[in-house]
This record gives sequence, structure tokens and C-alpha cells, in this order.
Amino acid sequence: MAPISRGFVGRRRSGVDPVRVPPGQYVTGDFPVLSAGPTPHTSLAEWSFTIRGAVDAPVSWTWEEFRSLPTETVTADIHCVTKWSKLDTVWSGVSLDVLLGAVSTTAGYVTAFSDGGYTTNLPRGDLTRGRAWIAFAYDGEPLAPEHGGPARLLVPHLYFWKSAKWVRGLELRDRDEPGFWENYGYHNHGDPWQEQRYQGD
Amino acid sequence: MTALDGNAIAGLLQEVFGREMTTVNGICASCGATRPMAELNVYLRAPGTVVRCASCEDVVMVLVTIRGITCVDLRGLDAG
Amino acid sequence: MAGAAIPGRLNWQLATVRELVDETARAKSIVLELPGWPGHRAGQHVDVRLTAHDGYQAQRSYSIASAPDDGHLVLTVERLEDGEVSPYLVDELRAGDELELRGPIGGYFVWEQSLGGPLFLVAGGSGVVPLRSMLRQQRAGGSEVPVRLLYSARTLDDILYRDELARLASVDVDIRLTLTRLPPDGWQGYQRRIDPEMLEQVGWSPEERPLVYVCGPSGFVETAASGFVALGHDPQRIRTERFGPTGSER
Repeated sequence: MAPISRGFVGRRRSGVDPVRVPPGQYVTGDFPVLSAGPTPHTSLAEWSFTIRGAVDAPVSWTWEEFRSLPTETVTADIHCVTKWSKLDTVWSGVSLDVLLGAVSTTAGYVTAFSDGGYTTNLPRGDLTRGRAWIAFAYDGEPLAPEHGGPARLLVPHLYFWKSAKWVRGLELRDRDEPGFWENYGYHNHGDPWQEQRYQGD
Repeated sequence: MTALDGNAIAGLLQEVFGREMTTVNGICASCGATRPMAELNVYLRAPGTVVRCASCEDVVMVLVTIRGITCVDLRGLDAG
Repeated sequence: MAGAAIPGRLNWQLATVRELVDETARAKSIVLELPGWPGHRAGQHVDVRLTAHDGYQAQRSYSIASAPDDGHLVLTVERLEDGEVSPYLVDELRAGDELELRGPIGGYFVWEQSLGGPLFLVAGGSGVVPLRSMLRQQRAGGSEVPVRLLYSARTLDDILYRDELARLASVDVDIRLTLTRLPPDGWQGYQRRIDPEMLEQVGWSPEERPLVYVCGPSGFVETAASGFVALGHDPQRIRTERFGPTGSER
């Protein structure tokens, strides 16, 4: 192993409660900003959310239409594959059960796509039954652009790279298609409780 | 977040390519812009390192280190 | 030439901290001893790696503050508010400790006599660190290449290498400061963020074909570089290095 740096601890890593914190993670008090590209700045007037692909008919919502859908407040722990976890984060969003309820589909897979070209893939089942939202507020405030605003996908039970920032829609598919990081070797599913960080884990 | 530039990954690039790379010209496969690797936009705070053209912001290179092995995707770079 | 660095394999090496020198309330220079250090070129940097007891590692890049002929390897580190590595280097590190690093690194953001000039160095905050190495290199070469430094900082207390710069200014090296926050009473220097007008006043004209090195936060570098281009300078004679958080978390 590399030589130990006397007195170096790294970020304050609080006592890790294995019930709350998945293996290999540590808890942080800040909210790190990780990005694969420049922050998009889509105005609310241009924004829309679309569900398309293997559906009977694609559906789209403008920002006004999206914001008039029923919303929920969600408190969740989030886990980033770069090893930080943040507990009890509070979001407001529209449940994917509501959004997916507007389309008729038998597709098993979803690719979420975002402004700037980012994509990530998930089984449709991971987005339903109250486990996923399109979030537009964090901690009581409109979601800041560097954290994915105006709206991001929120899927807290998977590593946070699956919670696509700047999300603009879902492409439903009959066949799974790896997204941006999945293509580079990150795990196709990404369950933090099974430490599914990389392909082969 | 604002990007850094190729200087920020000079060590990583030298490790991966076996030579100093920041003075090497990279040609964006998307828009053709040619500039030294040092002048590309680098986003490092992510599951991997994403390098983008400073003119069009398309992805030029992606470096991912998994289980100690670094893979580089150079599809966004033209041979020129 | 002393300090010529041969590019090639980058290995992690173990340096010993000889001395820590306060530069400002937030910054220290770390004087290192490293047998077998091949020397470096002004403007290059090193990667520093810290390892905790449980194997956790953090790695950051730091510009080399010393000139190639200075005799010691010196890094200047400024403590970042929410930093992970910089608070350790500035507040915890002691003389006698070991520090793992690799380098020297970089081939683009370097200056040496043979590249000529005139040499215009533009620094934003801690971006002055590699430029100080270049400035010392210029003097070591008998100051044959004309040099100017334009250095932007928030307050006078944030200025690194203040005494050294004051000494240089007193022997007619052209050093201009601009303070973007509270200037002291009677301040005669610039009191604003850099802009094309300032670059034009301080620097050389495009016809004089200066070699320009800009280093600092991304926004500063972008403003300076686009300012120079707007003034008509050859983009190929402008070299930039952006500073910013290089860790994988804030």
C-alpha cells in the first residue's frame, strides 16, 4: 500500500451506520456537485418532459402542465458511486407512477435522457411503485441548475448517477440500452446495497 | 460547474499515454476545432473524466478508472 | 540545462518536508527535499497523493512555486474553505513529514528563456504560483527577456510573495496589482476585475507579439484569454491554465 500520510483522515467521515449507509460509502454534510459537462440553462418556456419510444402514443408536458400534476415531498438518502452518501435529503417532485400512468406500454426498459446529451438506463420496474420522481425542488427551494434544475430524475434506491440531472424525458424500450456511464463500465443496475458500482460487481 | 482544462489531467494523460500530452493537438471529431489538449474543457468531478471540445462542447475523450485500470475512449478525437 | 525535465514514466516518489513558510493567513509554501528529483521547467506542477490509515486516498495537483535553479522544490498551497487536501497541507503537515508526489508534469504551460518574449504574466489569485516560478526563471536568465506581471487578488492580504514582489518592483520589474475587494487607504493600483482596457494598458501591443501566460480560476482565465483575443493578440501566443477543485467531491 502507498505510504500513510501522518494525520490525514480525509473528509470527516462520521460513524457509519450500516443500516443507513451502504457498504463502502461515507456520509457527507455537503452536497457535492459532480458533472460530466457544462450546466445547461433551459428556460422554463422551452422546457418539456416527454415519454416516448415503445409506447402507444408519446406524451409531453410543458412546465406549466408538469407543475400542475400532483406533487410529493420525498425524504431520501442518496448514494453516489464516488462513495459519498447524503442522508435525509428532501425533494419535491412528481412521481413516475403519475407520469408513466399517462402512457400505455409493455416496454421493460427505460433510457432517461437529458439536456446536454446525458443518458442513463433502468428497468421500468425501478421507476414505479413509489420509487422514483421527477424532482423540481430541493430542500424547499427550486432545484439549482448545478444540481440538475429545472428538473432531474430522482431514483434514490440506485446509485445517484442514475438520477439524471437536467432530465427531459424517458425513452421506453423493449431492449435495454446502456447509458453514458454504463457504456464505460459502470454497473447496468447500480444497487448500492449490493455495491453494484462496476460491471461484474 | 465551470470546467478545468487539460492541464488538470496532465498527469493522468501521461500515465495513460506514456508521454506528455498537453501540447499535442487534438482535433474535435464533431466540429473540427484543433487545439492543444491543454486547452480542452475537462470535467473531472464525476464517475469518470469527461473531456470536451472548447468550441462546441461535444465529448472528445472519456477516461474511466475501474479496479485500477484506466480506459480511454478516444472516439471524439479525429486522427487528423 | 539545470532543471531540464525528461518526460516519460511518472512514478510516485516520497519527498520530505523540510520547512513550511507562511505566505498569507491562508497559504503556506512547503519546501521539500527529494533525492533524485530530476528538476523541472517553470510552470510545471506535481500531483500530490495523501493516504489515510484505512487506505483512503486523495490526490490533487499543485504548481511548483520554485524556479528550476532554486535548489529546493517548493509548492505553495492555499487553504480552500471546504477543501479536503489543502487544509491538511496548510494546517497539519510538519517539517519531517513525508509527502507522496509525482512529477514534474506538464509541457504546455511552461516558459524558459529560449521561448523568448516579451513575457506577460497574468495571475488570478493563487494562479500566481506557477507564474512566480517563471518570473524567477526570467531573472535567473539575466532578465534579458522583458517581463510584466499583472496580478489580481481580492485584498492586499491575499497577495502571495508580497515581499518578493515588492523587492522586484523596487528594482523596476513591472508588477501591477489589482484588488477586487477592499483596497487599503491610499491605494494607487487598480481596483477592479481585469478587463480588456487593463490588459491593454499594462501589457504589450499585439504588434510586439508578447508571450502571454494566464493562470487562475476558470472564469478569470476565460475573461483574460477572450480579452487578449479581442485586443488582437495571436491566440497561439496565449497559454492558459485553469485552477479549480481537482478532487472528485466538493
